[in-house]
Amino acid sequence: MIQTFAFYLFAVLLIAAGTLTIMSRNPVHSVLWLIVSFFNAAGLMVLVGAEFIAMLLVIVYVGAVAVLFLFVVMMLNIDFAEMRAGFMKNFPLGIAIALVLLAELILGIGAYRAGALELGTPDGSAAPLVGEGNTANIGALMYNDYIFLFEGAGLILLVAMVGAIVLTNRERQSGPHRGHQNIGKQNRRRPQDATINASPEVGKGVQL
Amino acid sequence: MIGIEHYIVVSATLFVLGVLGIFLNRKNIIVILMAIELILLSVNINLVAFSAFLGDLTGQVFAMFVLTVAAGEAAIGLAILVVYFRGRGTIAVDDVNRMKG
Repeated sequence: MIQTFAFYLFAVLLIAAGTLTIMSRNPVHSVLWLIVSFFNAAGLMVLVGAEFIAMLLVIVYVGAVAVLFLFVVMMLNIDFAEMRAGFMKNFPLGIAIALVLLAELILGIGAYRAGALELGTPDGSAAPLVGEGNTANIGALMYNDYIFLFEGAGLILLVAMVGAIVLTNRERQSGPHRGHQNIGKQNRRRPQDATINASPEVGKGVQL
Repeated sequence: MIGIEHYIVVSATLFVLGVLGIFLNRKNIIVILMAIELILLSVNINLVAFSAFLGDLTGQVFAMFVLTVAAGEAAIGLAILVVYFRGRGTIAVDDVNRMKG
């Protein structure tokens, strides 16, 4: 009873937060709705008994990835109105494609409910041990059977870290051999910033 | 009672919302990256639900690896975005295929 209520609460909030993530005008709002959706997904996973993955979702996704998104969104100066142009133009086609995709996915569930499909049966090698909690079970499986994948995941994280640092590294560009030019600033110049339209009165000058 | 089909419907809806988000926000690459995170979250929910209902822990281990890769991909995607913004001054990516600048 409580479980049914909790499931519907988490599910409705999750879908609502997902919708608001993609529909928000302001990217900061989008990131905050994404954080809400992560928390609700973690709640769903706790309901099903996977509390280790749920806490991992909260710590890694909310604590690291969403905070990184927030930093980047606040660091870049984004013009919101310009970003939203074309949203309404794509909307009908987008909704049509989304409805087709959703219909296909739910047809599969209907077929399962009617008995036409069967879930596969696991072979029992990865069944959880009865006495332990979720964390101990995942540890027992991962460090025994999937240890190479675990090391591979560590390598992926190392490569991602090195890649991010190498990409955004800025060498010191000033010095006697470089002069005072800032190439990035020159490249970033846009035509609408380069000229202003001024109509001074007769006899008065223009403020430069 | 809550069966596996409930979790599959939730996961499918979230997946479709992520795809729709990529479709609608073509100019704004930060929202595209967030829609990709929504897609990965839906896949994680699906994996964990199946793992719980079948009594097989492989789904949860796989979900952990998906989480790892998603975090690494978000970091690299945002680093590319920062470098792109440094060079262009804007994050509109719908005409990035034109050879300019």
